[in-house]
Amino acid sequence: MAKTIDNYVDDLRRSRVWYSIFRSGPGFSNLHRALTVQQNIFLHLFSVKARKRAMSFSATWYLGALTMTTFVILVATGILLMLYYHPSVPQAYNDMKDLQFVVSSGVFLRNLHRWSAHAMVFLVFAHMFKVFYRGAYRPPREFNWVIGVVLLLMTLLLSYTGYLLPWDQLSYWAVTVGSNIASAVPVFGSDIRFLMLGGHQVNANALLRFYVLHCVILPLTLVLLIAVHFWRIRKDGGIYAGPEFEAIPVDDNAEKLEVTQ
Amino acid sequence: MSDEQKQPANNEDPKGRRMFVKIGVGSLAIAACGTGLFGYQFMYPNVLYEPSPIVNAGKPDRYPADSVTLDPETGIYVVRNSEGFYALSAVCTHLGCLTAWKPELGIIACPCHGSKFQRTGIKIEGPAPKPLPWLRMWINDDGDLLVDRSFPITQKQMVRV
Repeated sequence: MAKTIDNYVDDLRRSRVWYSIFRSGPGFSNLHRALTVQQNIFLHLFSVKARKRAMSFSATWYLGALTMTTFVILVATGILLMLYYHPSVPQAYNDMKDLQFVVSSGVFLRNLHRWSAHAMVFLVFAHMFKVFYRGAYRPPREFNWVIGVVLLLMTLLLSYTGYLLPWDQLSYWAVTVGSNIASAVPVFGSDIRFLMLGGHQVNANALLRFYVLHCVILPLTLVLLIAVHFWRIRKDGGIYAGPEFEAIPVDDNAEKLEVTQ
Repeated sequence: MSDEQKQPANNEDPKGRRMFVKIGVGSLAIAACGTGLFGYQFMYPNVLYEPSPIVNAGKPDRYPADSVTLDPETGIYVVRNSEGFYALSAVCTHLGCLTAWKPELGIIACPCHGSKFQRTGIKIEGPAPKPLPWLRMWINDDGDLLVDRSFPITQKQMVRV
């Protein structure tokens, strides 16, 4: 009897190697599906079940997922761009020109990185407006809103630090202006600017600092906070599907808060 | 009224969803192959900023009679003996360290794993599997010695000035 692809997949799922990695054999029961999600290090951040309403387009416009998608694109293209980029003066500018004119698909990747960055900033704002106007920030989700605000700040900082890296006129003067704005902070202003630039001028030290922030410190922080953000969605009762689905009825919130105080 | 009550049938039809997953995973697999090719092309540099393999070793009278001169920048020896000039790669054939001329012993020695060579490149001792290769040398119109480091020559040749 000829085997179908399904049979081969089932055989694979019954194999010892599969079981050693995923712990779940064949089967499609609800429990089985729940365990598949719960036992996977990446998927366990998410709920094992979701409301149908929460999966619909109108509930979220998929803005959070789209933001995450642009971030994944940014990481993938960013790592590839790092293969040709030296954060030094004036090599950085030459490398950018090489990416534009010499490297195979370099201009495509660079533009994909740039447009995805613009899209990510836009989508983060859109996501936050959607959450705000639907009231999805209300308890028990208020802490996830705070994390979201920090994620917005991280996104803007990534955008800003990435702006200097081409080392052209636009980026040089943008960071000159931006660092002078930072120096307007009372008392610590000039220290903040000095630490940010690693000197008094936008120069080689500033380029290296912005590079390290852009490629290491900020992305790592962002990934960590995204993980917490997703985990909090599960802990707070899944993606917000509307007030009628909330575990804590919205009308009761005021009362509950009084009790805890 | 919730959505769950409106459409109970759709959720109970795993066949349609499985077909969707199959088509989806299949398309993604094809796209991944394209991305792999794309990535390979991207990572293969079209332009290199490496020094030229052809080295200008300067005027022949720079080199005293019966001498071995190492240029550590370019990794070549220019040897002058009674018959003429020849060029030798200074890169050890064992694992690529830069060898050095020992005038007091009259040999070429590698500091990494102790290979020793005669001034003709022939190995005296050590782990090096091959002699130091000879490189093509010629004189240009300005009277400078030029050496091509890109490949070893099998026929040993000397330049007479």
